[in-house]
Amino acid sequence: MRNLVEAARFPQKPQPEPETTAPAGRTIPLIPAKTSKIPDRVFSAAMLFCGLSLLTIVVLIVIELVLQSRLSIHAFGWRFFTTHNWDPVAGDFGALPFIYGTLVSSLLALVIAIPLSVGVAVFTTEMCPKPLRGTISFLTELLAAIPSVVFGLWAIFVLAPLLREHVQPWLAKYFGWTSLFSGPPFGIGMLAAGIILAIMIVPIIASITREVLTAVPQQQREAVLALGATRWEMIRVGVLRNARTGIVGAIILGLGRALGETMAVTMVIGNTPQIARSLFAPGYTMASVIANEFTEATGDLYLSALIEIGLGLFLVTIVVNILAGLLVWSVTRGMPARVRA
Amino acid sequence: MPNGPITPKADAPERSPSQQRLLDLRRKVTDRLATGFAVLMAVLVVAPLLAVFGYLVVRGIGSLNLAFFTHLPVPVGEKGGGVANAIVGSVMILGIASIIGVPWGIGAGIYLAEYGRGSFATLLRFTADVLNGVPSIVIGIVAYALVVLSQKHFSALSGGVALGIMMIPTITRATEEVLLLVPLTVREAAWGLGVARWRATLSVTLRTASAGVITAVMLAFARIAGETAPLLFTAFGNQFWNLNPNQPTAALPLQLFVYAISPFDEWHRLAWACALVLIVLIVGAVAAVRLVASRGMFQGAS
Amino acid sequence: MGVGVQVEQLNAWFGTTQALYDIAMQVPANHATAIIGPSGCGKSTFIRCLNRMHETVRDARLEGRVRIGSMEVYGNGTSAVEVRRRVGMVFQKPNPFPSMSIYDNVAAGLKLNGFHNRRVLDEVVERSLHMAALWDEVKDSLKKKSGASLSGGQQQRLCIARALAVQPEVMLMDEPASALDPISTSKIEELIFQLKEQYTIVIVTHNMQQAARVAEYTGFFLMGKLIEFDKTEKIFTNPSDKRTEDYITGRFG
Repeated sequence: MRNLVEAARFPQKPQPEPETTAPAGRTIPLIPAKTSKIPDRVFSAAMLFCGLSLLTIVVLIVIELVLQSRLSIHAFGWRFFTTHNWDPVAGDFGALPFIYGTLVSSLLALVIAIPLSVGVAVFTTEMCPKPLRGTISFLTELLAAIPSVVFGLWAIFVLAPLLREHVQPWLAKYFGWTSLFSGPPFGIGMLAAGIILAIMIVPIIASITREVLTAVPQQQREAVLALGATRWEMIRVGVLRNARTGIVGAIILGLGRALGETMAVTMVIGNTPQIARSLFAPGYTMASVIANEFTEATGDLYLSALIEIGLGLFLVTIVVNILAGLLVWSVTRGMPARVRA
Repeated sequence: MPNGPITPKADAPERSPSQQRLLDLRRKVTDRLATGFAVLMAVLVVAPLLAVFGYLVVRGIGSLNLAFFTHLPVPVGEKGGGVANAIVGSVMILGIASIIGVPWGIGAGIYLAEYGRGSFATLLRFTADVLNGVPSIVIGIVAYALVVLSQKHFSALSGGVALGIMMIPTITRATEEVLLLVPLTVREAAWGLGVARWRATLSVTLRTASAGVITAVMLAFARIAGETAPLLFTAFGNQFWNLNPNQPTAALPLQLFVYAISPFDEWHRLAWACALVLIVLIVGAVAAVRLVASRGMFQGAS
Repeated sequence: MGVGVQVEQLNAWFGTTQALYDIAMQVPANHATAIIGPSGCGKSTFIRCLNRMHETVRDARLEGRVRIGSMEVYGNGTSAVEVRRRVGMVFQKPNPFPSMSIYDNVAAGLKLNGFHNRRVLDEVVERSLHMAALWDEVKDSLKKKSGASLSGGQQQRLCIARALAVQPEVMLMDEPASALDPISTSKIEELIFQLKEQYTIVIVTHNMQQAARVAEYTGFFLMGKLIEFDKTEKIFTNPSDKRTEDYITGRFG
């Protein structure tokens, strides 16, 4: 131990002269010693301001919607949401047909989209060969990037004729006894709206479901397989069951999107304020009536009524999105933004 | 030591060999069916994408000529005409939206990543996610109430405000995510050099994450580029040239909508062409961003 | 020229957990002082208190007095940024700025503080890279290669150059060679040996031989307390405290 230092002492080499020797004193002025804290304070205040903007926007939305719809609220009260008389001429407005249309088209979309999205998510995470996985996810995200109005265009000229000429007659023939598929096949109508909505919400539900499924730890899958399960059983018991909450969250998120979707629906739903049992019949949604009639609204009451519908739509989607957010957050601890292509 | 294989527990149901075979067969069949179903679903999801693209190309490509991009719309009944004013209008509206949405969104993202703490920050994050789900038409109503009503006329500005608001939550969350990927050691290196906090955040942390931030902005931009609903009663549309942000302005998706729901075949033809242009730009941008991002453009992340 | 560092009654906490107890030390100018001790004894916390990096951690707290030359580090009028400009730090894991070139990395301390005179920057970058014994290896690709494209040892020397470029008076090194291979390590040690002519160096190390090689003074920390501080020779050949002796001889840690 005595020789520890001796043995380890760094051999004294003659100091090699570096090409440029640093002189002993400073060669650059000492950067101003007194630094102000003000720029830092200003910056963090500015960033806080930006952050608060998120809250302010929500508050602003609520304020403006309520403010602008007070005429209508005052005139109709709660009746507004329960009567189905939409008569601009007489100045009588009731939003029930639109609520009905929104709910039915969205639910129909969900019914179609859930098996599609969960199916494709399960396929890509559990069954798909690795090289194909990236491609399918990529394509699904591209689907999410297509604007609503383009879907609407396609729906008018491709989907609607398809429904009118092939699908609806077939449905009427075999299922016409249910009142769901009765009435003349226009092509345009609730069914078309539901289908195009389904296509549009599949990417959202699928990508969140995919994330939720990937988040299930591998040990869960292996544990089930080790018991001698088939692959489907492994998925059902080891993966889907664990991911239940997240998948429900994803579905509700898709519902939220469907409720607010405007353009594609407006283009194919037929824009008729009526409540009909058949899916072949044209209808009207909350978002569509606003889109169609806003600029034509004569009179303050008319406009106010439309904005009140907007308020209702906002409240419904907020509630749905909060619910969805809570469910998905509980699984993924904060959704990454890139999910929303 | 038991002889032979370990037997199942005593309370397992006794099955005859044929019962067991049937059970195994059923399980196998279910497995195959489930797999087939999933494959079918995947096909059904990809199919509309290909269908939409296909139709757009087939129906739209014939109408893409120079006139389409440089001429104004012509009255109904006449042939030809273009959407030049809509393209220019879209550029203007999207430009206004970006000026509003991008700095604001990045700032909020910086706040959440660098300064935000605790439940307040969580509340903001959650709010951003919820805001993402607000229907675009509602945002349009708000922009109408805020800008159009006070100006007493439609304008590109109000359209830009609506779209800018829509950009904020997306950019915020994505910026926060990439900033958090920058390792603490990079920040500490900057602080250790005596660089002021604000300077370190902008010139070092943000710069390191710049690739990711640019990606986020591009994706947000692509999303609002196709938005129509909020523009219906903010920018409103215009048949003629307009470079004044305070006047009603045409926009490509708006024009598409008007053409599509019209009863004129000529306008339908133009609608397909508009859609093709929109798709190429938007989906092209998203595809490009995704491809580049997947190759690991996140320089500072490792 | 370097200046000395005086530490009096230094106590530091992370939240409610106390990490340093009543540290008192005089670090002599223009010498290298090693801080040794077993893992978790507070070595890193200690030097991070010297340049006010400790307070960047959430819920971190500190009491006591630190003077660098005539500057009161925790004085009322002193800002953390000020302190850090006069004290350079090299971290355990090399952390060059990934989005900047080698040149920009070295110049970062100056540029980010508003210094833009191109000629002077060039001079400073060259001199700093010479001092860090990195010039010959990178002189042809200063602006072309990114800081992160160098090897581990080169990156650490780049970080040293970066710290030297702002001409600090004190250099703090937190286990600078622990993530490096032996050859890079010996290069870094050679560097420290040369640098102490002009700077006051405080180096945290868990490698006792390294302490013996490069430092004239050594402080031994154990569980947040400074057990012994003396000339390196004395610590390693004839320590006053039994705990120091136990550590040196490898009985624990």
